[in-house]
Amino acid sequence: MKHIISALVENKPGVLAHVAGMFAARAFNIDSLVVGRTEDPDLSRMTIVVIGDDRVLEQVRKQLAKIISVVKVLDFVGKPVIARDLMLISISAPPEKRPEVLTLIEMFNGKIVDVGQKFVMVEVSGPEEKIEAFIDMCRPYGIKNVARTGTIAMVRHSKEA
Amino acid sequence: MSAKSRKSASSAEQSSTKSGAQIIVDTLIEQGVDTMFGYLGGVVLPLFDKLYDAPIRFIIPRHEQGGCHMADAYARATGKVGVIVVTSGPGACNLVTGLATAMMDSVPMVALTGQVRTELIGNDAFQEADTTGITRPVTKHNCIVKDVKDLARTIREAFHIASTGRPGPVLIDIPVDVAVNKCKVDSSGKMKLPGYKVWKEGHPRQISAAAKMINKSKRPVLYVGGGVISAGASKELTKFAEKAHIPVSMTLLGLGSYDQNKAESLDMLGMHGSAYANYAVQDCDLLIAVGSRFDDRVTGKVKTFAPNAKIIHIDIDPASISKNVGVDIPVVGDAKFILKELVKEVEHKERKEWFAKIAGWKKKHPFRYDSNSSTIKPQYVIDEVWRQTKGEALVATGVGQHQMWTAQFYKFSRPRQLLTSGGLGTMGYGLPAAIGAQIALPDATVVCFDGDNSFNMTMTELSTAVEHELPIKVCILNNGYMGMVRQWQELFYGKRYSKSYIKNPNYADVAEALGAKGIMVDKKADVGKAVKEMLKQKKPCVVDFRVEREENVWPMVPAGKSISEMDGLDILESMA
Repeated sequence: MKHIISALVENKPGVLAHVAGMFAARAFNIDSLVVGRTEDPDLSRMTIVVIGDDRVLEQVRKQLAKIISVVKVLDFVGKPVIARDLMLISISAPPEKRPEVLTLIEMFNGKIVDVGQKFVMVEVSGPEEKIEAFIDMCRPYGIKNVARTGTIAMVRHSKEA
Repeated sequence: MSAKSRKSASSAEQSSTKSGAQIIVDTLIEQGVDTMFGYLGGVVLPLFDKLYDAPIRFIIPRHEQGGCHMADAYARATGKVGVIVVTSGPGACNLVTGLATAMMDSVPMVALTGQVRTELIGNDAFQEADTTGITRPVTKHNCIVKDVKDLARTIREAFHIASTGRPGPVLIDIPVDVAVNKCKVDSSGKMKLPGYKVWKEGHPRQISAAAKMINKSKRPVLYVGGGVISAGASKELTKFAEKAHIPVSMTLLGLGSYDQNKAESLDMLGMHGSAYANYAVQDCDLLIAVGSRFDDRVTGKVKTFAPNAKIIHIDIDPASISKNVGVDIPVVGDAKFILKELVKEVEHKERKEWFAKIAGWKKKHPFRYDSNSSTIKPQYVIDEVWRQTKGEALVATGVGQHQMWTAQFYKFSRPRQLLTSGGLGTMGYGLPAAIGAQIALPDATVVCFDGDNSFNMTMTELSTAVEHELPIKVCILNNGYMGMVRQWQELFYGKRYSKSYIKNPNYADVAEALGAKGIMVDKKADVGKAVKEMLKQKKPCVVDFRVEREENVWPMVPAGKSISEMDGLDILESMA
């Protein structure tokens, strides 16, 4: 099972190493890990997608909270969240196939950010399933490169405590 | 600004500033440090220069690992934070085993390591190592200080983190330029730890729920670990166990938290624990774990551990709860506080049937050895030392068979009486630990039970003990084997003793050469006399007991078995 965990961490050197090292040392599986600044310059937010059952998840949460430079751990289990992934994908689109590819991009609300002789580069964002579906749809045309950010997430306002 | 006024401004600034090295020393003194351990090297010279005049007792080991174990044992024996300072590169690398030992056993320590100049970091400079990278998994926290202004605060934070919550070692890496640079002194005492919280007082509702469950229980057992000792909660534990009338089993690190001479003591549980402790745990209807972490050496096969029991788990580390074994009532907090509250709510019960059942197991399966043997049984030596020290010595051990026999036969009666590497199982811990403990408690009788191979690993520290005229007593239970390894080879590898023996030196000669007293004993009749002689010594004394070579530790729960499936009970019974 995949779970999203969000951790507020101190924005200083070595914190990522502490978190990544803990995951490796305790044999937890990370699906993706995203770090970025927040509105507070002293804090960064890590959004981590973890694979494991409830017991693993509970341990991950506790072990994360135990790291001194981790300030707060939020666990999104059972909460309605908005989760987004951003992808850049470079798809083979020779002139004869290009109209088909463009239709596909449109269907997924993708944005063409670069065009070459044989390839188009597309920006797509959305929940992970949408991204995965888009990749699958592009496969028959040929994919040159994929770069993904990994998931970031927030709890819906309407359900906040 | 004129040249003149610039000069006067800078000298005024200088008078109110201090170097990083001076700030380190001042902050250590502010934190109550009066003794520290460590070894010199290039990048810590500025610090050692300031230590020249500091009112701090300084012990130089012969190897940084030894120093690290000394600081660890100093902390275990006193409850204070042990401090070690070493140089960069090899100095820092040599701490790794010592830090991991302290980490696994939750020992409060602060390690300061020198580092190459800030601008050289990452250049593979001479004696450079990525110390924070190397030590991250073996410390509770570590960091590098790159600005002298952060130094005082970071050291304060290190002491706070090391000594609160679940204690552990904290390492601070300090580049040499940071120790040389000057800044205004930060005497604010401020700390900045937004992510560090300690749950001290357990949740009242959880405590009440636990009390109710205890009052209902017919066959409860306490399973007590080192957390009770680090929380200073032995008195509270004793009161609680006696009021509620509950038998107490202890982990290796928990020994001493409850007086083993008392009738309610079930002594140690687990792989080499007592049959009565293991039977009681497997038969109990309620297991109360306090400051213990369901280590595999205690639980055996997890699925069948305490199969009929509800479990209450009191621990200060939330991550220890339900990590290995699911629990019914977790109480997160300080054991001292929680037991104090719990004792108010529990009722006294006779539990006659339960105690009668336990008494039956105790009578049938006590720890035994063949006391009629003509050879020196290792257990006999421990027994004899226990008798002659009236059970009051402070005991350190290495790791292996001798460690288990010590746990089985030396009846510990007070907390912080046994210093041993439980979690990591660090051979070589015993001798430096005895030194650290004797430094901390000069008047104590400190005995180290060691194996020949454990002793081999750190015996160079005997020279440190001689230098400081420490009257430590080292009893080497010399069987010429890596005994525990040999036992496993005997039992599980068809007696193929592959590489488990080496040629040992004559330890009495080694001791004498280093300036200690050395005694060799190879006759059973001489054991008592030798122990007496050893206890009389004012300088370090090493006694080389040539013990029965192929003695085994019984009982034993083979790996992967339930703890009631003990081997060797028949052998023990045949010795009755």
